[in-house]
Order: sequence, then structure tokens, then C-alpha cells
Amino acid sequence: MLRITGGTVHDPANGVLGVVQDVCIADGRIVPKVEGGRSIDATGMVVFPGGVDVHTHVAGAAMNFARGITPENYRRAIRFIQTPDRRAGLGGITPTTFATGYMYAGMGWTTVNEAAVPILSARHTHEEMHDIPILDKSSLVLMANNEIVLDLLEAGEVERARQVVAWLIWAAKAYGVKAVNPGGIVAWKSGKNAGALSEPVEGYRKVTPGRIISGLAGIIDDLKLPHPLHLHCNNLGIPGNVGTTLETMKVLEGRRAHLAHLQFHAYGGDGWGTLRSEATALAEAFNARTNLTADAGAILFGDAMTVTADGPWEHVLHQLSGRKWSNVDVENETGCGIVPYTYKERSLVNAVQWAVGLELLLLIDDPWRIFLTTDHPNGGGFWRYPELIRLLRDADYRRECLKRLPPKALERMVLPDLDRQYSVSEIAIITSAGPARALGLSRKGHLGVGADADLALYEEKPAAGRMFEYPRYVIKAGEIVVEEGEIRAVTQGREFIARPAFDEQIEAYLRPLFEKVYTMSFDNYAVELERLAQPDIHPCRP
Amino acid sequence: MPTLTLREQPNVPLEAESLSPDVMAGLGLDAIRALPVYLGKRQRRVDEFFEVAGTTGDALEIRGDARKVKWIGRGMTGGRIRVTGNAGMHLGAGMKGGAIEVSGDVGDWLGAEMSGGRIRVGGNAGGQVGAACRGSLVGMSGGTILIGGTAGLEVGMRMKRGIIVVGGRARDFAGLEMLGGTILLGSGAELRTGAWISRGTIISLQPIPLLPTFSYACTYNPTFLRLYARHLSTLGVSLPHDERDGAYQRYTGDAAVPGRGEILVWKPRDS
Repeated sequence: MLRITGGTVHDPANGVLGVVQDVCIADGRIVPKVEGGRSIDATGMVVFPGGVDVHTHVAGAAMNFARGITPENYRRAIRFIQTPDRRAGLGGITPTTFATGYMYAGMGWTTVNEAAVPILSARHTHEEMHDIPILDKSSLVLMANNEIVLDLLEAGEVERARQVVAWLIWAAKAYGVKAVNPGGIVAWKSGKNAGALSEPVEGYRKVTPGRIISGLAGIIDDLKLPHPLHLHCNNLGIPGNVGTTLETMKVLEGRRAHLAHLQFHAYGGDGWGTLRSEATALAEAFNARTNLTADAGAILFGDAMTVTADGPWEHVLHQLSGRKWSNVDVENETGCGIVPYTYKERSLVNAVQWAVGLELLLLIDDPWRIFLTTDHPNGGGFWRYPELIRLLRDADYRRECLKRLPPKALERMVLPDLDRQYSVSEIAIITSAGPARALGLSRKGHLGVGADADLALYEEKPAAGRMFEYPRYVIKAGEIVVEEGEIRAVTQGREFIARPAFDEQIEAYLRPLFEKVYTMSFDNYAVELERLAQPDIHPCRP
Repeated sequence: MPTLTLREQPNVPLEAESLSPDVMAGLGLDAIRALPVYLGKRQRRVDEFFEVAGTTGDALEIRGDARKVKWIGRGMTGGRIRVTGNAGMHLGAGMKGGAIEVSGDVGDWLGAEMSGGRIRVGGNAGGQVGAACRGSLVGMSGGTILIGGTAGLEVGMRMKRGIIVVGGRARDFAGLEMLGGTILLGSGAELRTGAWISRGTIISLQPIPLLPTFSYACTYNPTFLRLYARHLSTLGVSLPHDERDGAYQRYTGDAAVPGRGEILVWKPRDS
């Protein structure tokens, strides 16, 4: 039992915006009151629901590959030395599993959503997520280039496609569905890409990227999954791609969807020399479409690691940057590319990208629909979120940073004209309440009675931007896990998985297909529920 | 000056980055004795392996066959280390300043990714002298490494600045993926010297086998070599540059990159 007294509570989901009140915790949940037990005097602190990362990459085969090809990053990374209750690990741009848990918790985040899991590597991903301590986790499976699903869409068998999608989600013990560059990765296997939403995908006659997007979004809505289609649009990172993003929004009309790392999809211009921000146009369209949520995918200057299923984009990036490159083919399901990258202030393109991330966060009016991410590790490490918060909270600091950019870049962005500053409650929304709601995690992101007792306590500081640099206390499921910047307790988090309804007969359809095209036997494909240490199943009732 | 005498050979390599003037400056002998070193994953004390004597100061002497002692002088920024005997891998890796002198042989990764200071080795060196650590984009970015004897594979791999002098013969891939700086090979090298070199200068005072992706440019005595010769003479290295003695054949490459590096091969007048 734990009582937090005297803190200024920010619980926007319950309409509490900076009110001094007590928070009581028993058995890992928020309760109306407790008798006895420990109490924390939080006078002079703000009390937040624990952070929720709606889009991050922390586990699985691709992350492991990224770790493997960059030994140089670990030589200068933070080291976690083994102690009797803490495992060893290394930080840096792609932290090891144990370090990932310590670093997220150390920043005040308690729930993360691993946003890209090929079903073939789901087992590996769950094993790694098991080794990420403290945090609660969920994962999304890649579906928009799955050739079994695409073949069914080509044949117009939407009902069977729905059964297959549901079966695959449960097989992967996933929480939702991610679509990456719909059709583009299938095409990449023939050396092509998919850019136009209405043109057939390489190797298909009827299936277009637009058809994949609307088909999957519809299936996911019909299956009543807690989180809508999580979409990485076509043409990521390409100058002039805002057209594709706007068109995608039209395709999604009438459906729920979450647009991932929107920053990478908001560019104008017709080449690298003319790249400019189209955040204004995109934000305007987005503001008008309440069926959508998005995360920023902001970039921060410095080292990053681009890891994505979007294989063709990584090839482009490798050619542009000359940095090392890995390309992975994941059988019939997806692909993967990895390129380490450094965002530089003096680069015109990078300067515009940096501005676009902030512009979207500032121009999208409703903080309940845009969330704080860097698409870790693509735009910068998640442990740099406090830097991003400072940029959102402090317009003067933003102007200082703008002075360091190439003057030419300033003409291609609107950031210098934006004066909006995020309030403390708005920060609580974009880092916790909003993403929890978008993920459909009803016990996360708020401090109402019955919610999971995941909290972060930050010391109130006069300087607007610096308050969130590190929390004084982090509480996970009612236990104090971080105190004064030190890990105090290492707990095991839960894994959220969804169980959409499907007809068991679908296995009779899938089994022969598997025997024909997969390297793995059908019986070894699905991840057993017993593999997950603490599964938390969302039943998806219609 | 504290003097550390190796008492017994460790059974596995000893990681001893605490053996550095930066760490020891201002410490009494007892504090030096208690400094941590790692034997495998176990933390041990310096005096479990070394006899510590002498006086305190920013110079350090290590005596004995320390070929299994790694990371001596890691990242040091000043002061001096004198090794009377041999030293292990990663000696002076990442060093930024100061001087290291070794009378005997040293292991691989001597001065890897160093950015300043001077290392002088009387005997032979292992591979990857002044190189980039595995995965890194840039190796040595400044400073001087002088080796009296031979050197192993990949001398100066991805080095960007600084000078490496190898008195004896170097093995394969000297100057691999070099980005800048100078390598002086006193007795030539084995195969594939300068492979994938983008920029920088490799000087060989003996004929060496060249890759087919290097093309002959001219025979001359570059003006800048006089400056180098004057600088190197202060370090006890002699570099011929007088046209009465001979001239350098200049080869450019590596065309496989394509790069704009050069290999200068000394040709005495009489031959």
C-alpha cells in the first residue's frame, strides 16, 4: 500500500489538470483510499500517469540485427554493471533488452508498444520482451506485405482474409496490426517499390496499396481490435510525399487508423535540393479527420539507427548516406532494412526534418490525437524524449536552436512562426493519456480508481523545459521502481495481447499453403500462450 | 614515478585501463595498489598482479613481460608511461595526449582510434596499429606511432590523420580504407597495401607489390616530404627526400573506391 500526498496531479483522462490531491495505491491499482502503508511526500512535484510509448522498436530480429552490425555504438554507450538484482546491459542508440527496461523506466515511461514484428520472428520478439524488465509491453504484427493476405485480397476473398488476419494475430500473440509501405515490400523483392496508391502492386493485377490499406483497416475494425490499423504510409522519407499521405487519409475515410511517425511523411518539394516542410497542409487535413491518430516520429540531431520493414527506403538511404546497410528478406511476410544514420544540424534536409516533427506536434490542435515519439531508434533514441519535451514547452529555447540551422532551411519551414508552448497537462496527454487511449489500454494513461498504478513524479522546476529530464520517483504496478535516478526494484511487466474471434477451420486452409511456401512447419509457427510470462488478453468482443 | 613490476603472468588477459597517468595522478601508492583491474569478469586489485613501488607522479613505469595486460594507457590525455618489457593489446587505444614508450613488443590495436600523443615501440607490434575498432568509421585521428620492428595486419586501417612509422616489414593490408594521414613503411609491406584507400599517403622505402587498381602517376620528390623529413628527424626517423639520392614513384588509387590516395615508393638513384 502506498499513498502519494501533496503532489500536483495531472490526470487529463479524468479531467484533473494540475490539482493538488492524494493518490492511493493498493495491489498494483489506484484505489479511493488506503489505511497505513508507506507514504511519499510529493509536495513540489507533479504526478503523471506513467509514460506510454505508442510506437517504438525495442525487441525482435531486426533490432538484434541492428545491434549486431554496430559494435562501435556500444563502446561509447552507458553501461549497466551487473548487481545482485540488476542484469548487465549497454545503452546507446539500440540498448540491449535489460538496459531498455531500465532506461525507459528511468525516464518515467512504463508501457511500450513494439511496433513492427514479422510473425516469423514473433517468438524471438516475445523472448526479448520477456527480458525487458519493469515495462508492460504490446506488439504489432506486420501484415501489409503478407503474401497470403494479399493473395486473398487479390481474389476478393475478404471474409477469408479476415479469418486469416485474426488467426495470424493470435498466432503471433500480438496486440494489433502494423502496415508498412503497403505493397512496397512485396515489390521490393522484384527490385521495385510501390508509390502510387491506385496502381497495382508488382506481381498483382488488382491489389493496390490503397486497396491493402482500406482492406486491412476494415478487417481490423470488424475484428474489434483495441488498436486500429497502425500505418506506415507509402513513400516514407521521400521529398513530395505529403501527397501520398493526404491521399492515404482519404482512403481511410470512415475507418479508424493510427498514422505512424508522421514527420517522415510530411515533405514537399520534388527532390532533395528542394525539400520543404508541408506540416501546415498535413496538420490542417489531419485536424479535420477525427478518425485518425498519429505519432510524431520527430528527429533529434545526432546518431540514430534506421530500422524498418521498409526495405526499399533503406536502400535509398544507404545510397544517400554511404553508411553500412543490411537488407533482410522475411519469406512471404515482409522485409527489413537497417542503416545507421546521423542527423546533422548543418544538413538542409535534416534541419527541415527536425522542424517538421516539431511543427506537426505544434500545429495539430488536439493533443489527444498526436503523440510524442521519435520512432525510436529511427529519429533518435527514446531516452532523448525529455529534449523533445523541452522543445515543445519552451518557444524561446526553440528559437535558440533555430539559430544553429542553415539560413536556407528556415525558408522551408514554418517553425520560426509558431509560438505555441505545451502546458504540463498537454505533455501528460501526448506522453501517456493519449497513446494509452489510442492503444485501447483502459487501465493505462490515467489515475482514476481501478487504473494500473503506473506513475511518474517529477520535481516542479521554474524553467519550463527542464522539468522532465528525470523523474524523482517512478512507480510501476504500485511498486517504487526508480527513486532519485536509481533503479530500486526490478519487476516483470505484462504483455498485452489481443484475441480476435476466428473460425478454427481456417487452419485447414492455411496448413497446405504453409507446407508449400514456408521454410517452417505449420505446427511450429504459432507462438504458444505458455511462452509469455504474464499475458494479459484483450478478448475483442464485438 | 610509480613503478609497477609484474609479479606473475595472469592466466587470462588482464584488462588494466586503470594503468594510466590520468587515473594515477595524485594518488598515493596505496591507492594505486587498490585500483581495479579485471581478470575476466572478476574485479581484482592492481597489487594482486604488480609490485608497486617508487614515488607518485604523472609518469608511470611498468616492468616485466606484460604481454597479457591489455588497455594500458587507454584514453590518456597526458603524462608518460614507460614499459620496460612487453605490453598487451589496446596499448594507448583512444589516447589523446602524452607519451608511451615500450622497449619490447606490443599486441594488436596499438593506439587504435588515438587522437593525439606519441607512442614509441622498440620491438614489434601486432595488427591494427592506429586502426578503427571493428565497426567504427574512423581510426586514428591524430598523434604519432613509431614502431622499430615489424607490424601486423591492417596497419592504420581507416586512419584519418597522424603519422605511423613502421621500421620493419608490415603485413597485409597496410593503410586499408585509409581516409588521410601518413604511413611510412621503412622495410616495405606484404600484400594489398592501400586497399580501398580514399585519401592519405603511404610511403614505402622498399619496393612493394601493388594492387592493379593503383596507377602510376610520375616520379618526383614531393615538396611536402622535406617538411615531413625535418619533423621526423626530430623523432629519430630518417626520410630520404634529396633528388641526388633518388626519387619517389607515385601511384594513385584505390580506383576500386574510387579514391585519391597515394603510394610513394622510394627509388634510389643508383638502382
